[in-house]
Amino acid sequence: MTIRPKWYDQWNKDNPTGLKGLVILLGTTGAAIFAAILVIGLGQPFPTHSMQTGPRGTAMYVPEFAADLRTGDPTVADYYTDEPFVPEPGEDLAGDIYENVQVLGGLTDANFNRLMNAMTLWVAPDQGCAYCHAGAAEGEYASDDLYTKIVARSMLQMTQNINQNWDIHVNANTQIGVTCYTCHRGRNVPNNIWFRISPVNEAMAGWSANQNRVTMTSNFTSLPSDYLETYLLDYERISVHDLEPRVQNLPGDPLIQQAERTYAFMNYISNSLGVNCTFCHNSRAFYDGAQVTPQWSTASLGIQMVQELNEVYLIPLGDVYPPKRLGPVHADPPLVACRTCHQGYQRPMEGLNVIQNWPELASTSGEYDYSAFNEVAPE
Amino acid sequence: MAYFEYQNIFTQVQVQGPPEMGMDNENRMAQERTTTASFSTLIGWVGNAQLGPIYLGWAGAVSLATGVLWLNIVGLNMLAQVGWSIPEFIRQLFWLALEPPGPEHGLRMPPLNDGGWYIIASFFLLVSVMTWWLRVYLLAVDHKMGKHIAWAFLSAIWLFLVLGLFRPILMGSWSEAVPYGIFPHLDWTTAFSIRYGNLYYNPFHCLSIVFLYGSTLLFAMHGATILAVTRFGGDRELEQIYDRGTASERAALFWRWTMGFNATMEGIHRWAWWFAVLTPITGGIGILLTGTVVDNWFLWAVEHNFAPEYLEPYGYEAYGSYESFIGQEAAQ
Repeated sequence: MTIRPKWYDQWNKDNPTGLKGLVILLGTTGAAIFAAILVIGLGQPFPTHSMQTGPRGTAMYVPEFAADLRTGDPTVADYYTDEPFVPEPGEDLAGDIYENVQVLGGLTDANFNRLMNAMTLWVAPDQGCAYCHAGAAEGEYASDDLYTKIVARSMLQMTQNINQNWDIHVNANTQIGVTCYTCHRGRNVPNNIWFRISPVNEAMAGWSANQNRVTMTSNFTSLPSDYLETYLLDYERISVHDLEPRVQNLPGDPLIQQAERTYAFMNYISNSLGVNCTFCHNSRAFYDGAQVTPQWSTASLGIQMVQELNEVYLIPLGDVYPPKRLGPVHADPPLVACRTCHQGYQRPMEGLNVIQNWPELASTSGEYDYSAFNEVAPE
Repeated sequence: MAYFEYQNIFTQVQVQGPPEMGMDNENRMAQERTTTASFSTLIGWVGNAQLGPIYLGWAGAVSLATGVLWLNIVGLNMLAQVGWSIPEFIRQLFWLALEPPGPEHGLRMPPLNDGGWYIIASFFLLVSVMTWWLRVYLLAVDHKMGKHIAWAFLSAIWLFLVLGLFRPILMGSWSEAVPYGIFPHLDWTTAFSIRYGNLYYNPFHCLSIVFLYGSTLLFAMHGATILAVTRFGGDRELEQIYDRGTASERAALFWRWTMGFNATMEGIHRWAWWFAVLTPITGGIGILLTGTVVDNWFLWAVEHNFAPEYLEPYGYEAYGSYESFIGQEAAQ
């Protein structure tokens, strides 16, 4: 028992204290301390991992949520692949057995059918053989009646060309290569093709007409929507800076407009690869070749690659497609760029080596290198 | 009142009664002033509860009219771009813009749909801003005030004129001007910095940031100091300037004992004024020099030996592997 003087109780009674403010203060402070203890004890609720891409002090790194890295690319699991049948000397070839085999005639029967089966699973798993072969139900495969078969033939040539001649891009760090699945992922039409959509603004002309709209192409920014056609079809030079502190500016030198369009293109590449600016650049001097990463060179080669692919393979198919496959604005054929293969990853399908089992898709020569498989299957 | 009721971000004491209609002793001050006033508890929380009367003046009338014209030209151009669809206009409002002409038009009058409306709108905006400035100046003259507000406003107008008038003329093209749009003007800002080799290496940009951040710091210090001594009458700053009392002494001593130096009750407002005014003045100088005198600020910084060099390698291969980053090292 404590003994308190009467005046103390009386004074407290006469001077009641409002507790509301104290409760709010203590409650807020308590909640903040509790939250701080939770974060310290249990860790950051959304942890990230960083991949350093340049010298310390330049803030060059690519961050990712740990949860996203754990999930990975869901399309990897559905990739169909199968080791080849190593040809025996003197085996009959598909070109001799079947009619109208223009690209894959040098394959043995077993490998030819193995590849046809894979192409079906990669591109038309629901429709089957009949997606390309009009007479498949009657066992008639030679006819070129369906446009899909014409397109598929061109795409086979394109795939072989990529794997053989653009080895420096698609196998830049380690063997990855491309197959039909790299773009198609089990769909008849790949998700990440592009069409020309400019002008995007009504009632406008020139610089005012090609930007400031929410489009898929502009990646939902207000940057220009015409950068893919400008750099990939019109071959405009990607050029933003002056390379001296002070220069005499001449007509044709890059301006704000070129900077904005380049920004739109670079933003597209970043989104396509799931990276940021500092994957390739030291952002303090974007243009400086002495301050870029090796990935900058790989990306530059990639730009040249898709320029060639569009020019040689995809634009010429414009006459082959039915109207439903053409672009909504200009009825132009679908084209490829970074996102068509990469689909949000630095390496398509997180670096899965898709070409390993498919020497048939790795060469344009008609001669296929099965040596890797001789060794694993000794007699 | 307990301290937590008193130290509130809203004004706690509101005066509402017969409206104060203001003096009309000379200069025919009331002639161009409206004649009614009302009270609002809501605005009383953040300021004086009385709303009106307002002095418009001929300059104010011209400014409002041309400003409304500018806003309508911008808005109707945006509306035309989405095919006069109100829902699309609302949905894409932050993306839409009235763009300056393309570079091919130089300083000539371009077609209306390729920057022509931009030139017309910009003319009205110029008239609107300058007449509003004139109104601020004239009102200060009428009231026999110093012209501090007008000069401070003019420093902001300097940056505005550099961006939209002086620099485009020096560069020989209206296409150098800034678009009227929420996101598009931000795109312009980024592209401007990147085009000219990174504006962070522009020393006037540095100064502008110093004054901008310095302004916020001073504003916070001063605002907090005055609120902290309001209980001693510190909010009656004018009296405290002429006749220092307990509040002023305490505020001064607090800062002197915190950092050795203290501003005076009057001087702190000169500090704040100069910091605020120097922000757009230095910023405008930096913009005006860009593309006219210096074309690549990073290389300019290299030339003047203040861009550091890094010797470590570029590329993630030097620091780790992609496989370990995505957590698939074991599988490889």
